[in-house]
Amino acid sequence: MTDTAAKPHRRIPWDSLAVLPFVIFAVMFLFLPTLSLMGAAFTDRTGNFTFENIAGLFTDQILAAYWISIRISGASAILGALIGLALTLAIIRGKLPQGLRSAVMTFSGVASNFAGVPLAFAFIATLGRLGLVTIILKTVFGFDMYRSGFNLFSFWGLTLTYLYFQIPLMVLTIAPAIDGLKKEWNEAAQTLGANTSQFWRYIGFPILWPSVLGTLSLLFANAFGAIATAWALTGSNLNIVTVLLYNQIRGDALQNPGLGAALALGMIVITSLANVIYLIVAARAERWMK
Amino acid sequence: MKSQKFWAWLVFILGGAYFIVPLAATFEFSLRMRRGEYSFDAYASVFADPYFASSFTYSVIVGLFTIVVGILVVVPAVYFVRLRMPWLRPFMEFVTLLPLVIPALVLVYGYIRLYGSSSLIPFTGSVLGTDILLTCAYVTLALPYMYRAVDNGMRTIDIGTLTEAAQIAGANQLQIIGQIILPNILIAILSGAFLTFAIVIGEFTIASLLNRPAFGPYLVGIGTNRAYEPAALAIISFIITWGAMGMINVLGRFAPRTSARTD
Repeated sequence: MTDTAAKPHRRIPWDSLAVLPFVIFAVMFLFLPTLSLMGAAFTDRTGNFTFENIAGLFTDQILAAYWISIRISGASAILGALIGLALTLAIIRGKLPQGLRSAVMTFSGVASNFAGVPLAFAFIATLGRLGLVTIILKTVFGFDMYRSGFNLFSFWGLTLTYLYFQIPLMVLTIAPAIDGLKKEWNEAAQTLGANTSQFWRYIGFPILWPSVLGTLSLLFANAFGAIATAWALTGSNLNIVTVLLYNQIRGDALQNPGLGAALALGMIVITSLANVIYLIVAARAERWMK
Repeated sequence: MKSQKFWAWLVFILGGAYFIVPLAATFEFSLRMRRGEYSFDAYASVFADPYFASSFTYSVIVGLFTIVVGILVVVPAVYFVRLRMPWLRPFMEFVTLLPLVIPALVLVYGYIRLYGSSSLIPFTGSVLGTDILLTCAYVTLALPYMYRAVDNGMRTIDIGTLTEAAQIAGANQLQIIGQIILPNILIAILSGAFLTFAIVIGEFTIASLLNRPAFGPYLVGIGTNRAYEPAALAIISFIITWGAMGMINVLGRFAPRTSARTD
């Protein structure tokens, strides 16, 4: 890159010009909107600086909304990561037919993008009150899911639905890491007398865990910001934070614009924390994946 | 080793069941509209609905504009940053990560506050302005995927050598990007385009908050009013997503696999 410095100066405007649309775009549609919300979160109705809005978040209704969102995102991320990891290990290291692997990877690409409203419809048709699985369980096995406490429009119902895109996302992101476990490490461990469980206990998982933990935070942020599936599935039944904010944007449900901005700021803080963990952990993981 | 294979099959079958059963159940449900027998009535009803056609067309058009704007924003930036301004790379990585960190709902809230009808740039003051804002919002949503696709595409070709060769042959900057770089990374761009399309086509949150008649809000409306049509629409959406992702897989077979030595 030494010749870059030697280039005549007049080149620079041309180059900057080509990068300009990207920069303008980032400023207009990412930085400014976020900063404006941050500003609004600390501004009262008359335009003065205040901590009122942030303090206003600590009411039962809003804290409960954050908490159930965190629980659903956490549960769907942890379950999605564990099941996704098991599935990826099965198709890559489980000596299954080669064709299955590419089939699972292709399907994962589709399923991880099959989110939002249609996903909610699919689960209503499957596990709703008139869904196929609900009916089969009732008529064939005499087991009434809804009588025994299951409800699709609840915490577990939503978590189960989110898993449909969380598991494939885990498969897609963790597969390269599992591919990165070199055969030589396996052979070296065997030569030294390690059995399969010892290999995983002392070599496999210690190398994989940063990637797993990193993907976990990605899955968490993914579920935390989601709204379309929840909205189509439960309407306003389940008071997760995205639904609360959606109602606030629609019709000022909290009757305080500043509080709405604070609610949004709280969401950014939570997803940022998840992603900071991801970045730190991903940097750690990369050392082994050369 | 036998037990390992057994567990692998067990995990695969259980996982497969979780993914196949909802699709099968949805398909079965979508066929139940006519009493007592299976029929495609729900699909006929969907296709006969003029709002289906109009909202779907609207989303396709917005999707196409999103792809074009996305390419115009990303390709020149990635090219020049790779070629002459590598110090900007961390900034681009950071920017393209942001849409994954900031929920779309929060972004659109910011847009509505910032670009309302009484603001300096009143996007939401007119229908055309709102359509433009919706397109830009979708470009933002798709930015992480478009950036990664284009960046991967440029990594596999030696843009430095190609650029020098083109310059020696007398091409100007516009010709280099349009006639040399673009055709060489076309497959990568198309992958990003299909992924963008899959994301945009059924998007609900932003379209609904900007009050545009897109496919996502239409789906929600049908979901609250009808019984069998939602299942049919879920199947149709799944097929569309499958088509878009399938195109990426097909294109992947044509993509150059060797990485340029300079990288």
